[in-house]
Amino acid sequence: MSTSLDATMNRLREPEGDRTALARRMMVCLLLILLVTAVLSLGSGATDTSASSVAWALVSGQDHLISAVERVIIMDIRMPRILLGMMVGACLAVSGAVMQGLFRNPLADPGIVGVSAGASLGAVSFIVLGTGVLAPVAALFGIYHVPFAAFLGGLMFTFALYRISTRSGSTSVATMLLAGIALGALANAFTGMLIFRADDEQLRDLTFWGLGSIAGATWPKVFAVAPIIVPILILAPFMARGLNAMTLGEATAHHLGVNVQIFKRLAIVLVAAATGAAVAVSGGIGFVGIVVPHLLRLMIGPDHRFLLPACGLLGAIMLLLADAIARQIVAPAELPIGIVTAAIGAPFFLWILLRRRGLMDI
Amino acid sequence: MPIQLIGRDNPSRNTMASFLVFAVTCLSALTSATAAEQGPQRVLAIGGAVTEIVYALGEQDRLVGRDSTSTFPPEANGLPDVGYIRALSPEGVLSVKPDLILARENNGPPEAVEVLKSTGVRWVDVPDEFTLSGIDENITIIAAELGVVDKGEALKKKVAADIARSRARQAAQGEAPRVMFVLALTDDKIRTSGRNTAADNIIALAGGENVITAFDGYKEISNEAVIDAAPDIILMMNGRGESADHEAVNALIEAHPALSTTPAVRNGRIIRMDGLLMLGFGPRTGEAIAQLSDALAGHEH
Repeated sequence: MSTSLDATMNRLREPEGDRTALARRMMVCLLLILLVTAVLSLGSGATDTSASSVAWALVSGQDHLISAVERVIIMDIRMPRILLGMMVGACLAVSGAVMQGLFRNPLADPGIVGVSAGASLGAVSFIVLGTGVLAPVAALFGIYHVPFAAFLGGLMFTFALYRISTRSGSTSVATMLLAGIALGALANAFTGMLIFRADDEQLRDLTFWGLGSIAGATWPKVFAVAPIIVPILILAPFMARGLNAMTLGEATAHHLGVNVQIFKRLAIVLVAAATGAAVAVSGGIGFVGIVVPHLLRLMIGPDHRFLLPACGLLGAIMLLLADAIARQIVAPAELPIGIVTAAIGAPFFLWILLRRRGLMDI
Repeated sequence: MPIQLIGRDNPSRNTMASFLVFAVTCLSALTSATAAEQGPQRVLAIGGAVTEIVYALGEQDRLVGRDSTSTFPPEANGLPDVGYIRALSPEGVLSVKPDLILARENNGPPEAVEVLKSTGVRWVDVPDEFTLSGIDENITIIAAELGVVDKGEALKKKVAADIARSRARQAAQGEAPRVMFVLALTDDKIRTSGRNTAADNIIALAGGENVITAFDGYKEISNEAVIDAAPDIILMMNGRGESADHEAVNALIEAHPALSTTPAVRNGRIIRMDGLLMLGFGPRTGEAIAQLSDALAGHEH
């Protein structure tokens, strides 16, 4: 399978030939940029912290070298935030790339499997009813009941969507797209009813949740989502061959030896779980899942073997940068990160569209 | 129990801080005179009414920050703004290096507040009550925290006297004017105040009657319900941004299918007041009642 597939991929490659070396160099660059960005993020924020106090906070548990508050800022506020940001960014970008490959549509985003609509319905339910009807459930999960509800809502929606679009063991990608739109509308209807019931403060909370933020990053959140997101990020590159085959169409992929049905199921489950976890802890962060894969396809080509790991790295970088901007542009207040990613992402998206038009004007 | 000291997360780190706070509290109880010098020196006020009370107590020199809802007195706007009361950022709050955080309840998000409480910086929740007794309680708490109990007592007397004077003036008026509070008018949808809100309470205190009684809180209501309620007066907050152009908003109201039928619009009785003054339930509530009752009675300011 692999030889015939590689041969096909080689035929697909653009005339300028082998991009492998370029992709490898790119990966190393991205890794370095990510490390630098992470270190700089740890040292910067609304509070001035010196490089030495960051170093001491990392290596020593003793309090005579830095103040207790400084330690909290570096270790309990910035550190979980950076880890969460990297995980969320990587996961959104990789999920985006996987969905675009699976649906053979460069504009598919992780939300396409219904996970975002379901997650926001789950979150909104608890923001509005968490003090009323759902209070006992909310109490069960303490201050984390909203993220938990978002995660569950996302998974339930994806499951429903999958059931709807699967007939006698084969999943229709087209049906999934359409059913996703219908289910999204249904979720919006329920969300609308809840918004009607919401009081003023709840409305503000809803708005802020929808704008996305990783300001509420805490260690418990990191520990809650890491076991879901990290294994999926590690598994994702193993889907590269299957995705490369899928870009040629399902029938061709089948002839190349890919078990298309199992592959689709796996991809959808992984993306739903990862995106569900990401949306649960960060709310609505848009565009990362579309912009990052696009940018990389332009730079290193469509081969998923390089695209997926590169997406993970660049997604993490993008979110860290967006978060750094969000944290410092209006300090000591902060912007919801969704505003930053959308403000950067939307113009970029338009540019891509215009560029595609230019290419298609034959 | 509105006041809490959180030190559970990390006993070893917080014992010292808790002990210090405890010592300071004891000291301030013993010697109220020196307390102002000994008490917290870097105070962060979160919530419009909280900030106003700190200013009214004359302790504004100790303020190092505020939230975006704290817009009065005007000089408060010069303080660093740590963001919206329900969207606080832990590091942003800590960056002003507070040793006391006075926060109106209804703050958030919960996980950010949890992190802040675990730092050992004293965090005091000030009850979010839109009533006269709530104002008293808030002044008591804030004055005690700042170690200026005597000033607090004086301020409470002053506020109570203001409110009593404002309410005495309206005693002679006849029938209570029927008022509808309009919180927002977005693409012709009307968000109004039902029962148990700051708006509902201030209307009652100013001698008016809130015509919307079918629900609690602020909600959108249907055009038919507006026509049915037929308010004599429409009460709104001074607009900000786009809605600062009151003429334009009034034109919208006059063109609105339901609002245009109300006696209020037919007689041109649309009253506006500063939002924080009217709904803040802080030390200026006496002034708010006086202004609103004058406006309801048709006196110009």
